[in-house]
Amino acid sequence: MAGIKRRTLNWIDERLGGGGSIEEFLRHKKVPLHRHTAWYYFGGIALFLFVVQVLTGILLLMYYRPTASGAFESVQFIVTQVKFGWLIRSIHSWSANLMILIVFIHMFSVYFMKAYRKPRELTWVSGMVLFFIVLAFGFSGYLLPWNTLAFFATKVGTDMAGFVPFIGPWIRVFLRGGNEVTGATLTRFFGFHVAVLPGLATLLLALHLLLVQRLGMSVPPGVEKRIKEGKERERSMPFFPNFLLRDIMGWYGALGVLGALAAIFPWELGTKANPFASAPAGIHPEWYFLFMFQTLKYLPSKVFFIDGELLGLMLFGLAGALWVIVPFLDYKAGFGRTTRFFTGLGIFALGYIIVLSGLALF
Amino acid sequence: MKGDTNSEKCPVGAGEEKPDPGRRWVNLLLGTGVVATIASFVYPAIRYVIPPPVSEASNLSVVAAKIGELKNNAAKVFKFGSEPAILIHTVGGQYRAFTAVCTHLGCTVQYRSDLHEIWCPCHNGIYNLQGRNVSGPPPRPLAQYQVHIQGEDVVVVRNA
Amino acid sequence: MKRSLTTRSRIRGCAIGVAIMLWGLSFASAAPPKNSCISCHSQLPGQYGQPAKLFSADVHQQAGLSCADCHGGDRNDDSMNAMSPAKGFRGAPAKAQVPAFCGRCHSNPSYMRKFNPSLRTDQVSEYLTSVHGKRLKQGDTKVAVCVDCHSVHDIRAPSDTRAPVYPTHVAETCARCHADANYMKGYKIPTNQYALYKKSVHAADLAGGDTSAPTCTTCHGNHGATPPGVNSVASVCGTCHVMNQQLFEKSPHGAAFAKMGLPGCVQCHSNHEIVKPEDSWVGTDPKAVCVTCHVEGDNGYKTAQAIAGGIDKLKATYHKADDVLNKAEQSGMEVSSARVELTSAHSDLIKARVAVHSFNAADVLKITNQGVATSRQAQAAGIAALHERDYRRKGLAISLIAIVIALSGLYLKIRKMEQS
Repeated sequence: MAGIKRRTLNWIDERLGGGGSIEEFLRHKKVPLHRHTAWYYFGGIALFLFVVQVLTGILLLMYYRPTASGAFESVQFIVTQVKFGWLIRSIHSWSANLMILIVFIHMFSVYFMKAYRKPRELTWVSGMVLFFIVLAFGFSGYLLPWNTLAFFATKVGTDMAGFVPFIGPWIRVFLRGGNEVTGATLTRFFGFHVAVLPGLATLLLALHLLLVQRLGMSVPPGVEKRIKEGKERERSMPFFPNFLLRDIMGWYGALGVLGALAAIFPWELGTKANPFASAPAGIHPEWYFLFMFQTLKYLPSKVFFIDGELLGLMLFGLAGALWVIVPFLDYKAGFGRTTRFFTGLGIFALGYIIVLSGLALF
Repeated sequence: MKGDTNSEKCPVGAGEEKPDPGRRWVNLLLGTGVVATIASFVYPAIRYVIPPPVSEASNLSVVAAKIGELKNNAAKVFKFGSEPAILIHTVGGQYRAFTAVCTHLGCTVQYRSDLHEIWCPCHNGIYNLQGRNVSGPPPRPLAQYQVHIQGEDVVVVRNA
Repeated sequence: MKRSLTTRSRIRGCAIGVAIMLWGLSFASAAPPKNSCISCHSQLPGQYGQPAKLFSADVHQQAGLSCADCHGGDRNDDSMNAMSPAKGFRGAPAKAQVPAFCGRCHSNPSYMRKFNPSLRTDQVSEYLTSVHGKRLKQGDTKVAVCVDCHSVHDIRAPSDTRAPVYPTHVAETCARCHADANYMKGYKIPTNQYALYKKSVHAADLAGGDTSAPTCTTCHGNHGATPPGVNSVASVCGTCHVMNQQLFEKSPHGAAFAKMGLPGCVQCHSNHEIVKPEDSWVGTDPKAVCVTCHVEGDNGYKTAQAIAGGIDKLKATYHKADDVLNKAEQSGMEVSSARVELTSAHSDLIKARVAVHSFNAADVLKITNQGVATSRQAQAAGIAALHERDYRRKGLAISLIAIVIALSGLYLKIRKMEQS
C-alpha cells in the first residue's frame, strides 16, 4: 500500500518540476500545539464551507432563473419538483449563514492571537478582503430568491450605500442597476454572486492559502514568551495526517450540523416580492448586518451638521479601515511586545457587535 | 482531544508492520463511514441533476390536452399553476384558453355548448368567446391565454 | 373706340372668371346657414343671451336644427319680425306644455326617422303614465318635465358622458328635486333616497365605471317613472338577479310575502340602501334579519338556524384549509393541486349564499356539505405536505448515522496513530 502511495507521489512530483516538494511538504508541515490550538481549525472549516457553497451553488445554477418574473418560481420549482432540491437549497442557505459565523470567529481568533503581526500582515489584509467578499456574497445571494423579505432588505441595504459622501448616489445606482430595486438589480446581483465574487474570492483565497503555507502557523505571543522563558515545552504535530484528520472531523461535524439544520429548519420560500406593495413591518437585514442597522437606529437624525446616517456610515467605514490595517498599527506586536490596548479594542469590537445584534433581535 | 506527538521521536507510519487486528477494524470503520457519507452526498446530487418529469415551472405553460381529446364545441377545465383554467375547442375548430376564475366572485366558469358562450353558474354571468363579459354581474373580461399546438399537445401559455 | 376682338374676349373671360370666383368665395365665407336668432340673441345680456350661448353644445344644433325648428319664427329674418306669430313663432312653452312641445317631433316616427331611425318615439306617451305626467295633468307644475332632466338649449345625447341623464349622473339629476326637503314639502314621500342610494353597492359599482349598474331609472323607469308595486319588486330586481328571484318566488317566502303584501327583496335588502349582504344576516342571532319575523320554535327559525350553521361550517373548514395550504406553500411545499381543488369549495360557498334565497335548508346544506368535503380533502393534502416536510428528518437520520460512523472512525484512527 505504501509503495503505491510513494509511486503516485513520485509520478506527480516529477510532473510538477521535481525536487520532491510534495513529499517534503507533507512530511514537514507542522502545526504548533498549545492551549489555543483549537482555534486553528476555523480557517479550514471556513474553506470547507466555501467549497460546500460552490458545489451547492453550481447545482442550484442548473435550475435557477435570474429574472424578476422567473426567480421566485424557479426556486419554488427547485424546492418542490426537483429531487432533493429542498436539501440543496436549504444547505446552501444555511451554509451561507454558518460560513459567515465561522469567518467572524476565524477573524476574531486570529486577531486575539495576534497572528497578524510581522511577517503575516499580508495574510491578515488578504483575509480581511476575503471577509468583505464573503459579506458581499451574503448580501447579493440573499436577494436571489426574490421574496418579500429579501426585496425590502436589499432596498434598505442599497439605500444605506447611497449615504456615502459624494459617490454614494452613484454607488446606489450601480448596485441597483437603476434608481429602484427591480429585475435589473436581481440580474446584476446574480452576476456579482456567481461570477465576479467567486473569481475574486478564488484569487484572494489562493493568495491567502499560499501565504499561510509559506509562513507557517503563527504561535500566540503569550505562548511564545513562555516557551522562550522555558515555562512551556515547544510542541507540534504533523499537519499530515494528524492535523488533517482532525480537520476532517471538524468538516464532518459541520456537515452534520448543516444537514440537521436543513432538515429540521428548512429554509422558507416566503411570498413573491411585489415591488409596488408597501414594506412589511419590522424589515431588517440579515443577522450579520444587524449591529450596523441597530447603530444607525440609535443615531439621531442630525449630529451637529452631519446627517445621522452619514455619520454612522463614516464611523463604520473608519472602523473597518482601521481594522484592516491593524497589523501596521500594532507593529509593536511584531517585536513580541503585546499592548493591552489592541486586545481591549478587539474585546470592545466583539462585545459591541454581540450586544447590538442582541438588541436588534429582541 | 489533542494527541501529543513529538514528531522527532515517533514518525507516523514509519515502516510499522506489526499485525494489529484493532487497526484493521478502525480502518474498516473509517472506510465505511467515509464511503457512506460520500454516497449520501453523491446520491442526492445525481438525483438532483436528473431533470424532473415536468421540466419547467408549470405556472407559465401547461399541456392542457392532446389533439383529438376535445370534440368541436367542447371544453375542458384544467389546472394551470394553482388556479383553474378553461380550454375551449370552438365550433369553428379553433382553440381558445382563458382563466376559469370568474371576475365577479371567483367561481369556476364553464362552457355552455348550447349558448356557445362561457357561463358562471354562481350568478349567471356570461362571457363571449373573446372572454368579454357580456351579461350578468362579472365586471371585467376573462384574461385570455395563448394556445400553441406542439405536435400532439395543446399547450397553453400565460405571460409572466 | 371699338376694342379689338382679342381684347373683348379677354375682358369677357376675366369677368366670367371673377364672377365664378366671387360665387365660389360666397360658399367659403357663408358655411353655416343663416341663423338670425343666434346672431341677435348671443349679444343680449342675461337670460336672453344664455340660450344662444349654450346652443353650440346642443345635439339638435349638431343635427342642423335651429331655434326656429322648436320655437317657430324665421331664422333668416334679421328684424323683430322674425318672432311674429305670422311667421309661426310659438315662443317659450309653459311648463305644462313642454311634453307636447318636445313631442311635436319626438313622438313623430316619420320625422325622427330622418335623423336617427333607431331612436324610440314613445317617450311622451310613457311620460303620461308616470307619476310626473299624471300630476302634471292635474295641474302640478312642480313635477319634472322633459327639460328638467334633459336640460334645455344644451341638450346632449344620453350616451354623452356630460349629459345629465348619462348613467352616472342620473341619480344626481333626480336628487335635484327628490333630495330637496323644502321643494318636496307637501308630497308625502321621503327625501333621503339619494343619500341612501349613495351608500349602496349599486352606486359604488356605477362610480367604478360599470355603466350597466342600476341607478334610479333602472328600477323606476325613466320616462314612465313610477315606483314598482310591492308585488313586482322581485321581478324588477330579478332582471339582473335572475337566480335569486327564481329561487325566491319558488320559496315559501314567495307566496307568503305576496299574501302579506310585503315588498319581496326589499323586505331584507332595503330598496335604496342596498349594501353588500353579510353572512350574519342569515340565522338566529338578534342582529340577523330572519328573527325580525320568526321566533324560536317556528319552522322558519329552525330553517334559519340550519342554513346559517351550514354556511358557517363551510366558511370555517374553507379557511382552515386555506391556512394550512398557505403554511405549506410558504415553507416550500408543492400543493398547487390542492389549491385548485379548494377553488371549487370557494365556488360552493358563493353558490350557497345564492341558495339561501330558496329558504330551504336541505338545498343549502347539499351545497355546503359538498364544499366542506372538498375543503377537508384540500386540508388533508396540505397536512400531508407539511408531514412530508417533517418526514425529511427521518431521511436525515440515515446520513447522520453515516456521519457519526465516519467521525468515530476518524477519532479512533487518530488515537491509534498517535499511540504508537
